[in-house]
Amino acid sequence: MALMLLLPSLVVFGLFVYYPFGRTIWLGLFRTSPFGNRTTYVGFEQYADVLASSDFHHSLWVTLVFTVMTVPVGLALGLGLAVLAHQRLSGVGIYRTIFSSTVATSVAVASLMFIALLSPSVGLINQIIKGFDGDPIYFLQRPGWALIAVAAVTVWQNLGVTFIVISAGLQSVPDDLYESARLDGASAWMRFVDITLPLVSPTLLFGFVVLTITSFQTFGQIDLLTGGGPLDATNLIVFSIYTEAFRNFNPGVAAAQAVVLFLIVLALTVVQLKLVERRVFYG
Amino acid sequence: MQYTALTVAAIVVLLPIYVTVAFSLQTGASALDFPSSLFPFPPELSVFRRVFSVGNLGRYMLNSAIVAVAITVAQVLTSILAGYAFAFLRFPARNVVFVGFLATLMVPSEVTIVANYDTIVGFDWLDSYQGLVAPFMATAFGTFLVRQAFLAVPQDLRDASRLDGYGHWGFMWGVAVPLARPAIAALGVFSFLLAWNQYLWPLLITNTDDRRTVQIGLKTLASNNVNEFNLVFAGTVVASIPIFILLLVFQKQLVRGLTSGAVKG
Repeated sequence: MALMLLLPSLVVFGLFVYYPFGRTIWLGLFRTSPFGNRTTYVGFEQYADVLASSDFHHSLWVTLVFTVMTVPVGLALGLGLAVLAHQRLSGVGIYRTIFSSTVATSVAVASLMFIALLSPSVGLINQIIKGFDGDPIYFLQRPGWALIAVAAVTVWQNLGVTFIVISAGLQSVPDDLYESARLDGASAWMRFVDITLPLVSPTLLFGFVVLTITSFQTFGQIDLLTGGGPLDATNLIVFSIYTEAFRNFNPGVAAAQAVVLFLIVLALTVVQLKLVERRVFYG
Repeated sequence: MQYTALTVAAIVVLLPIYVTVAFSLQTGASALDFPSSLFPFPPELSVFRRVFSVGNLGRYMLNSAIVAVAITVAQVLTSILAGYAFAFLRFPARNVVFVGFLATLMVPSEVTIVANYDTIVGFDWLDSYQGLVAPFMATAFGTFLVRQAFLAVPQDLRDASRLDGYGHWGFMWGVAVPLARPAIAALGVFSFLLAWNQYLWPLLITNTDDRRTVQIGLKTLASNNVNEFNLVFAGTVVASIPIFILLLVFQKQLVRGLTSGAVKG
């Protein structure tokens, strides 16, 4: 009976998670010759090459910078919106819906919406700059701007989820805590720092874990907005895997990079779960 | 004062959406000139017909609907079955299987794309609905969500249904599933949203308009019509309407799906 119930899931996981996971590690042991389809077994040499490759180091670095640009800002904005919307006001429900709304945007929709803001020819920001007789900024074509632009799309697209999750965390803070703090004469800022922040810290750490892992999986906004450029400035790790596998036809290198990605995500999960256990205040 | 802060925040959050809608409704010089570009009067609606004729968005949305519904139905079914086994049955190696489910959450789908692509080629499933749906027919997250809801079903009910002569199958569909409906609904909405919004996998395995999902269709639309930006923005608006409606109707279920596991008791 149990086997019958579990079988459908196990077949899917077997075919599309366990088997391909093993095969990815295996593929990383084979090198594809630059011309034609000949592959040779090279053992862990290819893994060593990938780990030593300056292109791959660059991808890892860019991914890390991207994570630092998106996660703290995203959490802070999500927390800000959640605190704003956590008030007993009539009509606050409409604002909650608005703040949640970006959850409905896919990465493709969000990326194209940001073209409406950032495009050098039609984008709103550049229309305003031109209105003041300034020169348009090529946000997606300048190495210094491209990563910031892609990070902005990402923060905005994730804002809905972040808001929803942190709001749910705020709901669990008992109202009478605020009441008694107010009676004790605590200011709004003191109530935020001494009550809200410690009590939503488990939720914030959860958000931190999830957003960090998500940022290591970023792909769509890169493919749509920058194609990894300019000059690899936005060549995040998943885009690098995709390019190696499907543009350069180097499945071995792509597989080796994918295994490194897996190890990073695994390590992040473990480290952050430990942090959650140790530092967080459970009310 | 509170409303001022809320409203300013709302305007900032909605700005990209508003600008996209405004740009989709106008052509020519007025669209390129701030601030008139933000006020499309009179709106130019004919472009929305071109979204479906030139842009082929109807077909893309149909493909997305087929794929997302198939994935949602499959995930709900497999999660109910597996969730039931973990909640109500004792069987050998139960903990090992449980850890096996848990382990799938540790492998991001981006890690396995190269090998999964080979598998799909081997099945001759490139550019097919099977290829778009099959890899996502089971979910550990959904299984745990449903299991958790099943665990809350009182043991008395299980005993009573056994006394009435119902086996596991009757109890599952007659008692457990109806009681777990909120969790199952949350899973359904969540699965549909994720399936509709998928990007990397459909990009890899579709290559004709007959199977492209709407996300990939938007990329095609954008790269084929670089100079007709109102068409691209109109396509963006049309592609997001079904999900905005879904969000408005099922907001509660979606919030539940997103926050399960995030907040401790």
